[in-house]
Amino acid sequence: MKADVKPIPVSASAAAIAPGDILLSVENVSLSFGGVRALREVCFDIRKGEIRAIIGPNGAGKTSMLNVINGFYHPQEGVITFKGRRRHQMRPYLAASQGIARTFQNVALFKGMSTLDNIMAGRTLKMRRGFVWQLFRHGPARLEEVEHRRRAEGIIDFLQIAHIRKVPVGQLPYGLQKRVELGRALAMEPDLLLLDEPMAGMNLEEKEDMSRFILEVNREYGTTIALIEHDMGVVMDISDRVVVLDYGRKIADGSPDAIKADQTVIDAYLGVAH
Amino acid sequence: MDLLYHIFVDPFGQMAAAPDLLVQTLWEGLVSGVLYALIALGFVLIFKASGVFNFAQGIMVVFAALTLVGLHQKGVPAFVALVLTILVMLALAYAVERLVLKPLVNQPDIILFMATFGLTYFLIGLGQLMFGGEPKVMIANELYLPKGSYDIKMLGGFVSFQKIDIAAAVIASIMVATLAVFFQHTRIGRALRAVADSHKAALSVGISLEQIWVVVWFTAGIVALATGIMWGARSQVEFSLQIIALKALPVLILGGFTSIPGAIVGGIIIGVGEKLGEFYWGPLMGSGIESWLAYVIALIFLLFRPQGLFGERLIERI
Amino acid sequence: MLYREAGQFKSSYGSDMAIFPLRQDRIGLAVILLVAFVVIPLSMSSFTLNSLMIPILVFSLATIGLNILTGYTGLISLGTGAFMGVGAYATYKLTTYFPEVNIIVLIIASGLIAAAVGVVFGLPSLRIKGFYLAVATLAAQFFLSWCFIRVPWLYNHNVSAAIEVPTRGLFGVPITGPNASPVTRYYVVLVIVVAMTWFASNLVHGRIGRMWMAVRDMDIAAELIGIRLYQTKLLAFAVSSFYCGVAGALMVFLWLGAAEFESFNINESFLILFMVIIGGLGSLIGSFMGAAFIWGLPVILRAAPETFAIPIHAATVEQLQFMIVGALIIFFLVVEPHGLARLWQLAKQKLRVWPYPY
Repeated sequence: MKADVKPIPVSASAAAIAPGDILLSVENVSLSFGGVRALREVCFDIRKGEIRAIIGPNGAGKTSMLNVINGFYHPQEGVITFKGRRRHQMRPYLAASQGIARTFQNVALFKGMSTLDNIMAGRTLKMRRGFVWQLFRHGPARLEEVEHRRRAEGIIDFLQIAHIRKVPVGQLPYGLQKRVELGRALAMEPDLLLLDEPMAGMNLEEKEDMSRFILEVNREYGTTIALIEHDMGVVMDISDRVVVLDYGRKIADGSPDAIKADQTVIDAYLGVAH
Repeated sequence: MDLLYHIFVDPFGQMAAAPDLLVQTLWEGLVSGVLYALIALGFVLIFKASGVFNFAQGIMVVFAALTLVGLHQKGVPAFVALVLTILVMLALAYAVERLVLKPLVNQPDIILFMATFGLTYFLIGLGQLMFGGEPKVMIANELYLPKGSYDIKMLGGFVSFQKIDIAAAVIASIMVATLAVFFQHTRIGRALRAVADSHKAALSVGISLEQIWVVVWFTAGIVALATGIMWGARSQVEFSLQIIALKALPVLILGGFTSIPGAIVGGIIIGVGEKLGEFYWGPLMGSGIESWLAYVIALIFLLFRPQGLFGERLIERI
Repeated sequence: MLYREAGQFKSSYGSDMAIFPLRQDRIGLAVILLVAFVVIPLSMSSFTLNSLMIPILVFSLATIGLNILTGYTGLISLGTGAFMGVGAYATYKLTTYFPEVNIIVLIIASGLIAAAVGVVFGLPSLRIKGFYLAVATLAAQFFLSWCFIRVPWLYNHNVSAAIEVPTRGLFGVPITGPNASPVTRYYVVLVIVVAMTWFASNLVHGRIGRMWMAVRDMDIAAELIGIRLYQTKLLAFAVSSFYCGVAGALMVFLWLGAAEFESFNINESFLILFMVIIGGLGSLIGSFMGAAFIWGLPVILRAAPETFAIPIHAATVEQLQFMIVGALIIFFLVVEPHGLARLWQLAKQKLRVWPYPY
């Protein structure tokens, strides 16, 4: 069922979407690769200002869902509505310029650059000075660099990575790399932050740190967060609402407590045939 | 209008008017295509097994041919020279493995690629030093390679099939078939494919990288020698031949970097396409379009199929 | 411990972002510029200027061009020679039609023409990646090389298919053509190269450099943070070809004084590529080192037999040169794949603690 999609011209920006209103919604999104159906008619929404967890057993389609929101994968069916605009598919540049930022399961940092440069790279969309000013550097381009450097340093302080700011990220341990990646995403000042398994491979301390960062980002900056996570403890603790996927289908949607008690969810995780 | 006529109608008219010339051109294209394919084969072998794009394949062709001819000039009987050349290629394979590949194991591909540039330069210097830089004549007679041609009366004229060309096509086909079987159905073939996929993984299952590489470079060396003999017999043995080896690149694009049958198909398409293009469309633009036509064909191809005809679609998982 | 950062505090982001944050580096740069502008012209013979310094500067510029494309943006190009040729032939035609216009202006204009050609041949980079793109640049190389001989208009229908540089001047002093003295030409080339290096440095240290490096390191992630891949790649092609075009024009007009179609063939492309590799991918200072090394080495090798009175045949020296360069490339790649620039950085690291071992 293809929804009738005409982009509704929205003069209002995200500021007009009040906390609690729907920031992003996916309707009947289906995605297949060749014969594999990764997502089947998935519907859910994300409200502004909330922390939404997407959970499910391996292969449920969680990362595919994020990729669809980002614009990497184009669903065969379905509609994605972001900030009031309905689209059949997103594109990466569009997602970025509209305010969606993302981290990856396997850290997708620019290995040849330092921490600071990676985070500064996240400021690219905000930097306006054109080619000619860049040629001369001294003058407007430099002033702009300093201004954005200030912002980047703010993020660096927040994430407590000041001591490694000049280190090439390829040399950093995995946990710190994940933090730098978060920093780069934050540098975009996104309205919606997509985190793909931000705690993967971390020990308890690192998880606590990362949870704290996520919560602070949400509270301080009001950033809406959608995260994929396997650690149930984390999910229960920090998320406002949870959506559960299994074999590409949504099987549950609600508050953490409701999900915890849901029999279908328990069955899915325990591998009970259904 | 006139221009469109010249591009789209006239050449075909010419083809129809003199079908014997068409067949001749097609044959020439086929032969040069087979020879390109042989060079491409050397690339594919090494790439399949070590992931290295051996830019030096071209110079290896020249070097092998030079060694053969040079030894013969110094008085060594033809077939003994052949055996000695094979041994030289073996020694070269060992040297390359020890001095170039082993120290660079696990480096990114681009580094290895650049190293083969260095190897090319080195072999150019060495070859010139040992055997002199002037063009030489391939010892076709002494190797009992067929001479002369079959001149067949057909389609209103004559078509001439050089016997050496037929021999080249036959030898190339045999080599390709043997190598394809070798890769698919033998233990060593499987090991080679494993190494091409991942050095580290191959090491961890106990495959000896060194042995594999020596085997592969030696095989590529033999292919280079055969190619050198065939190319040399058709024209001369000279250093400019190694630039012709660059033509193998469009072949590889069409046929894929890891496909042995692809190298043949790609070679033939490029060879035929080039010759037809030069003969029928060349006069429109000024001659010599052979120098770039192959690359443009490959480029146009890439625009529609970025991974080549037989290449594997790269699915980037995020 | 001469070379250390201790005691040099930065109190603003601006000063931390400076390209040479250490005072010692700035002094070093000043010294190099002093040597380049004053010492070298005074002390070196015309011959050395002509056969060593000017070509090294010219090739450094081309190397910077290729470095921008391959080292910073990760797009392998084998068409450098052809783009240099475009710059050279464009200048030739422009100065034929506009002999009154200042040759420097025309050189810049031909750089722009080369940039346009570069963008055209960079168009496939939308769909084609990595190694396949390199083959597309080969198409550019061979096609343009063919044009250089098959399009007689380019060389003013000269029978020998070669171009000869007419005399052009600046402020009344001849800087091109047979009357231009090596010292004059050296200064003009030096000023142009220094200026363009400064621009390149500004670009790569700022937003655009980061965009290029992001595309090189992981283009998927680059897209996600809002970098437009296609525009960034085409910009790299444009800037790179501009630099190579200007280098080509300088090569013909201010160094060789003449050219023919062979001057810009595939071997030239490989030569510049070697300079990039040896100097260090993604390093501006490496570009100079690589050019100096690749160009200077054969010159030294050729001069060595006479200097040390070893009787070697000239042709043999030529061949030995090939072997040594080839072997050195392999050696460098084994020992330090990031080139001379990295070796230089390591040396500076050692200097930081010298005379202590660590």
